[in-house]
Amino acid sequence: QQQHEDLSAKKLRLTKPSKSAALHVDLCKATSPADALQYLLQFARKPVEVESVEGVVRILLEHYYKENDASVRLKIASLLGLLSKTAGFSPDCIMDDAINTLQNEKSHQVLAQLLDTLLVIGTKLPENPSVRIRLVEVACKHLTDSSHGVRNKCLQLIGCLGPVEKGVAKEVESQAAKDVQKIIGDHFVDQDPRVRTAAIKAMLQLHERGLKLQQAIYSQACKLLADDYEQVRSAAVQLIWVLSQLYPESIVPIPSSNEEIRLVDDAFGKICHMVSDGSWVVRVQAAKLLGSMQQVSSHFLEQTLDKKLMSDLRRKRTAHERAKELYSSGEFSSGRKWGDDAPKEEIDTGAVNLIESGACGAFVHGLEDEMYEVRIAAVEALCMLAQSSPSFAEKCLDFLVDMFNDEIEEVRLQSIHTMRKISNNITLREDQLDTVLAVLEDSSRDIREALHELLCCTNVSTKEGIHLALVELLKNLTKYPTDRESIWKCLKFLGSRHPTLVLPLVPELLSTHPFFDTPEPDMDDPAYIAVLVLIFNAAKSCPTMPALFSDHTFRHYAYLRDSLSHLVPPLRLPGRKLVSSPVSPSITPHEDPSQQFLHQSLERVYNLQHLDPQGIQELLEFTIRDLQRLGELQSELAGMADFTATYLQCQLLLIKALQEKLWNVAAPLYLKQNALASAAAKQILEETYKMEFMYSGVESRQVVIIHHMRLQAKALQLIVTARTTRGAEPLFGMCEKFLQEVDSFQR
Amino acid sequence: MPEIKVTPLGAGQDVGRSCILVSIAGKNVMLDCGMHMGYNDDRRFPDFSYITQNGRLTDFLDCVIISHFHLDHCGALPYFSEMVGYDGPIYMTHPTKAICPILLEDYRKITVDKKGETNFFTSQMIKDCMKKVVAVHLHQTVQVDEELEIKAYYAGHVLGAAMFQIKVGCESVVYTGDYNMTPDRHLGAAWIDKCRPDLLITESTYATTIRDSKRCRERDFLKKVHETVERGGKVLIPVFALGRAQELCILLETFWERMNLKAPIYFSTGLTEKANHYYKLFITWTNQKIRKTFVQRNMFEFKHIKAFDRAFADNPGPMVVFATPGMLHAGQSLQIFRKWAGNEKNMVIMPGYCVQGTVGHKILSGQRKLEMEGRQILEVKMQVEYMSFSAHADAKGIMQLIRQAEPRNVLLVHGEAKKMEFLKQKIEQEFHVNCYMPANGETTTIFTNPSIPVDISLGLLKRETAIGLSPEVKKPKLMHGTLIMKDNSFRLVSPEQALKELGLAEHQLRFTCRVHIQDPRKEHETALRVYNHLKGQVHSLLVLKDYSVQHLPDGSITVESILIQATAHSEDQGTKVLLVSWTYQDEELGSFLTSLLKKGLPQGTS
Repeated sequence: QQQHEDLSAKKLRLTKPSKSAALHVDLCKATSPADALQYLLQFARKPVEVESVEGVVRILLEHYYKENDASVRLKIASLLGLLSKTAGFSPDCIMDDAINTLQNEKSHQVLAQLLDTLLVIGTKLPENPSVRIRLVEVACKHLTDSSHGVRNKCLQLIGCLGPVEKGVAKEVESQAAKDVQKIIGDHFVDQDPRVRTAAIKAMLQLHERGLKLQQAIYSQACKLLADDYEQVRSAAVQLIWVLSQLYPESIVPIPSSNEEIRLVDDAFGKICHMVSDGSWVVRVQAAKLLGSMQQVSSHFLEQTLDKKLMSDLRRKRTAHERAKELYSSGEFSSGRKWGDDAPKEEIDTGAVNLIESGACGAFVHGLEDEMYEVRIAAVEALCMLAQSSPSFAEKCLDFLVDMFNDEIEEVRLQSIHTMRKISNNITLREDQLDTVLAVLEDSSRDIREALHELLCCTNVSTKEGIHLALVELLKNLTKYPTDRESIWKCLKFLGSRHPTLVLPLVPELLSTHPFFDTPEPDMDDPAYIAVLVLIFNAAKSCPTMPALFSDHTFRHYAYLRDSLSHLVPPLRLPGRKLVSSPVSPSITPHEDPSQQFLHQSLERVYNLQHLDPQGIQELLEFTIRDLQRLGELQSELAGMADFTATYLQCQLLLIKALQEKLWNVAAPLYLKQNALASAAAKQILEETYKMEFMYSGVESRQVVIIHHMRLQAKALQLIVTARTTRGAEPLFGMCEKFLQEVDSFQR
Repeated sequence: MPEIKVTPLGAGQDVGRSCILVSIAGKNVMLDCGMHMGYNDDRRFPDFSYITQNGRLTDFLDCVIISHFHLDHCGALPYFSEMVGYDGPIYMTHPTKAICPILLEDYRKITVDKKGETNFFTSQMIKDCMKKVVAVHLHQTVQVDEELEIKAYYAGHVLGAAMFQIKVGCESVVYTGDYNMTPDRHLGAAWIDKCRPDLLITESTYATTIRDSKRCRERDFLKKVHETVERGGKVLIPVFALGRAQELCILLETFWERMNLKAPIYFSTGLTEKANHYYKLFITWTNQKIRKTFVQRNMFEFKHIKAFDRAFADNPGPMVVFATPGMLHAGQSLQIFRKWAGNEKNMVIMPGYCVQGTVGHKILSGQRKLEMEGRQILEVKMQVEYMSFSAHADAKGIMQLIRQAEPRNVLLVHGEAKKMEFLKQKIEQEFHVNCYMPANGETTTIFTNPSIPVDISLGLLKRETAIGLSPEVKKPKLMHGTLIMKDNSFRLVSPEQALKELGLAEHQLRFTCRVHIQDPRKEHETALRVYNHLKGQVHSLLVLKDYSVQHLPDGSITVESILIQATAHSEDQGTKVLLVSWTYQDEELGSFLTSLLKKGLPQGTS
């Protein structure tokens, strides 16, 4: 064992130098840069063990200095980065070398790659601030490079490694690394859009790492919103959003006036403006971010739903003028009516817009955008804002409802989900409900189910609304019967949410009449069940409602409570009679279906003789189950049902015992069966006594039947005992006793 | 000063017969060539004599551009090219080229066959005219000649509608045609890049309107139609055969399908079928939804919409009829309107703009008694509804487009004067650009400030940008070089190269300056003091950083190439004269040093 371990260890040690050596040999062999590149590519495919990384790196660096071809150097640089990533390898030993290589490098691409390697090294050493500061200094030096790629990487490096804590920054002597924000901010106006983007991204990276960005950046970032390039604008929107979350309450001036507003409002206006940007990528970004700006003042929020500038977002320049009159907006017409687009009075030219007029109606724009991605983002944003502001929720309702008619299914689905999320804050008007319900006819099951879920938690304002919803849901049910469960569930919540609205509808829904009995509806009709689910759930919190129920409703309640217990809540029904009526079947009113049921099941039992033994057993089992359940449900029939059930139980036991033909086989062989049979006999005896004495009103005919049963059981018992017992003495006694009983029975 | 001249022959402070002449850098371009719906005499076509008085059309115009197939943008084309005579190229997009002749033919039929006019263009002329058309793709830059190039952008509005950028050298004009900034059920929204044209010529039909959400409009429309149909009324929707008609058809079709309605929907005129065919074909020009789903089902294959027959108009029971033309000025829509106008159960929905003078305009303005041909008086009892479905950008959309394109000047056409005035004010207020709104025949001149491209050698550029590299965007930057203007081309080269190319010898230009200093010491001591002073300044002053200061054996001092010598004053021994000499290239440093020395040397440093 010992030896073996040594061997394997040795082997490992042997291979270690060989790997870097092989690479070394390969690279020396390479005659052309293309060859060398090939070797490097091959090498890159294989993993390198942690122990040998350093050796490989040394070899690579050695070749790096010798190599004249930029592409090979580039590959080596990228390999260095790759190798530094190796788990368990601490790259601080190669950092100096990597920095040194930077000094003499001329190719911009290789420089960029080397900086990338440094970035990897830096991220691998998170607990070493001095290393990081050194790297940042190196990056700062290369920021003046003429290639965008190098500047890009430098900014990325600064963003990822720049000092975040204040304390560390103070210790740094060098000017360069001190104010990373300033350095990055300077590159917001770089001539290359890619570098500008990188600068913003670096800033965001710093923010993510926990650095508090300065407010001064805000004005710089605002300028970037008008950039020619979409990736810059997209990143700038993010930056503005970050700043608006950091300094929501700061005050910023409005250009060309002496008015001031909160920063978060200003940022909100600016991001709104980007919702009508030329590039859809930016539009999606802007629409998404709008949703998370919760501190915005409500009048700015509401402006997003109106394309015309509201008057309260405009201020006259002087307070004197302001005091003079309140003026209305309405320079522009709505285009709804013919002829109202004649130009109106110029309102005033000296007014200052608190929000850029281009920013109003951001959501109107977002929701009717050409790209569905933007529309979805807008719906999401609307949802988030509405969740935090009930008044806004109320206002955006119309827009959301309109989105239910969007041409793309995903958007419809999204808006339905959104609506569900905000439904706590809102109450649907009838016309809105109308539009919502129209979607029930949608052919997509996802949409319909989403809508059912929405209806579960919707507040409806009128009883007509409830009725409408019910009618539409029933229509849906007939059109798509598979939606049954979902619709029932929906009605359950609808009922429990609006008990007072359902109450006046009950007579109509149950089609009851104050004077006349109406025909009983079919219990298996899904539509009728749907109606009952609605009513029963409403009745739960409305104790007056059960008074309106007719008799069969109570019965149906019991049935449904049993069969669909997840949909029907337990009710305390005052009208329900707890005292059972006399059990005799002849007295019970004929119409009572449970009576009928009892009769039917008994009739079935009468026909037992004609069935095969298997069938008999099954039928009996089912009938017993039914009877027991019936007994629990209908207390007035409980006694009768119980009695019958017990009788049938005995019958069943007897049949079972006989079926095995237990008395035929030799007892010792079938000990177990014998035990079973004797147990059965014992139980039957017990039950028959119970039947005879525990029920009131048992007629003599029935007593005879009971006795008959008991006799049969005794016979069985006798046989079993006869089979099992040795010695005839006790047997004789038993026989005699049995014969006596037969005698008495016959009498 | 270079200038762009714009003269509207039609659509100047007016809607109809769009026709705008643009002269840009010596090129003449005609934008659109439409007819006017409101007139039946000579005024229906633009006044081409404005051009022909100076010669033939073909000689004057470099090209004609048609933005889309609506007749008020292309209706005069056969007249213009065949009857007045123009043989140059006509540019339009592919769908426009396909659909335009159908509409022209229809227009010809109504005018000639129905109204019996003579001296109108013939079918053959339409065909000949279409042969001169060159079709362009979206975003395709077409070189009309060596200098003039045009490029089409998507405009929404109708199938194949485009905005055109016309560019000569660095000057450019964008003509929007009609456009729509909100996407509808079948088309996307207009889009343009930040092309910063010198002039943006934009339509302004809805200059004073900001429409609320499109979805509300759709809902209202469907509700009105539905209600009328439910109570057994008939709905007449006058539309132009192409454009809005297709959008409303899609809308009603999906609604009918969803609500499972049975009332018939008819679409009048046979040309629709032909046109629908093209809609099915040019899927790439439609909106995202149709483009995405046409593989499963082409939205233009209608199930519920059937062709209309004249006899159907008298059928009892509810129905919805789309009939042409859209302004109720002639044709089938007017016939049906007369039949149905007397019943208050019926409804007419005007989905778009109506030109003054048409029946549509009259009933929308509230007239209830109309005088028809032959002095008949028609009483209008049916409901009249207006619904702004026309796919023009509203004021907000126009502003949005201006913001996207960032033009230096804006010119409004295709709208009413009063409304334009209002919008003009708004544009000037918001964007601080000049805005014009010429009437027909009135010429607007816009002065441009074109940038002149100059070739620069890469070496020089790199060298110059390397000096004091600052990452400022678009900041003007000072450069040293020699501008050579030769053979109509401009080149910026380094001075050495310029000398070499031109075969000239280099002359050195040196500035010398004397500075008097009170110093009783010897000359070389003075020189040493100056040297020490400068040396000290090098460390403390940023301007002098990185310059090497040397004290030469002959007693003179150099700072880079600047020479400083100290001599005794001929008369006064206590005064030393410092001779500072520098070349023209080092002007900055030289003058700085001089002013530094003039301040005098610090006392007691030596």
